[in-house]
Amino acid sequence: MNATKNDRDDLARQRAHDTRLYIVGFVLAVALTVPPFILAFTGILPRGASLVLVGIAALVQIVVHMRFFLHVDLSRQKREDLQLILFTVLLLALMGGGTIWILTDLAARMH
Amino acid sequence: MSEADTKLHPGLNLGPSHGEAHEEAEVVLFGFWVFLMSDLITFGLVFATFATMLSPMSIAGGPGPAEVIDLTSIAMQTTLLLLSTMTFGFASIAMKYEDGRGRIALWLAVTALLGAGFVALEVKDFIHMASIGAAPSRSGYLSALWSLVGLHGLHVTVGIVFVGVMIAQIFALGLTNQVKSRLLRLALYWHFLDIVWVGIMSGVFLAGALSA
Repeated sequence: MNATKNDRDDLARQRAHDTRLYIVGFVLAVALTVPPFILAFTGILPRGASLVLVGIAALVQIVVHMRFFLHVDLSRQKREDLQLILFTVLLLALMGGGTIWILTDLAARMH
Repeated sequence: MSEADTKLHPGLNLGPSHGEAHEEAEVVLFGFWVFLMSDLITFGLVFATFATMLSPMSIAGGPGPAEVIDLTSIAMQTTLLLLSTMTFGFASIAMKYEDGRGRIALWLAVTALLGAGFVALEVKDFIHMASIGAAPSRSGYLSALWSLVGLHGLHVTVGIVFVGVMIAQIFALGLTNQVKSRLLRLALYWHFLDIVWVGIMSGVFLAGALSA
């Protein structure tokens, strides 16, 4: 009898924890989305600074989504999934970065 | 048992109370992550192509960022997609804590509606672009923009169809292990699309509006 009550409390606590993760993730995502839009709508900061801030906000928001919505974290014993993600990012950096590098270089030479 | 011991894969875990459905999820979900990451490569390379199409030469005298970007619409689309990712989270939680089919289907339906709102606004923007002569054939910049944004929109559309399929399966097949596993994967897919949108929203629209 007691055990089932404990189980139920445990389940309720876990549920609250899981729900909180999604809500915190949502709030953080909003907090990281609104300022870049304000920058773009008003143009109160110089263009270069705005672009850098938009870029940083996007990167942080991607990490927030990973952590709170996809539940990817560093605490696991099994790291295959994280390694898969990091290796994909490496491939993408090589291929995407290489594409941009080569084509902008070509464009510059054509002027 | 601590949470770390019972966590077999990224994404919301069903937990040991779901027995086999929880344990079987590990391999299948890892496979799905491989698919998502290959999809990320696709998106990333279309994105890189877009990035090479930002020079005045690529805009080719056609409509540029200033003419084609409607930031208000982008803000609304972002809101809808972000809300939908949270409501899908609530559907996953309803499944994990066994709230019953009705509750899961309800959150899934809300998710699909929000996604449909997102796609509707995007289509409206595309129609407007076509009407001002900003068709994909006009310039390299526009080809790349239509491809990238369209590719994401297509993914969301497919996601909506699958949410519909899963609602039907929940009622037709019940909450079998397989149905639960499919829902876990669809959740990953949906959350992943929101991440891609963060990139598009910032890299294409916000940066475009700032550079205009």
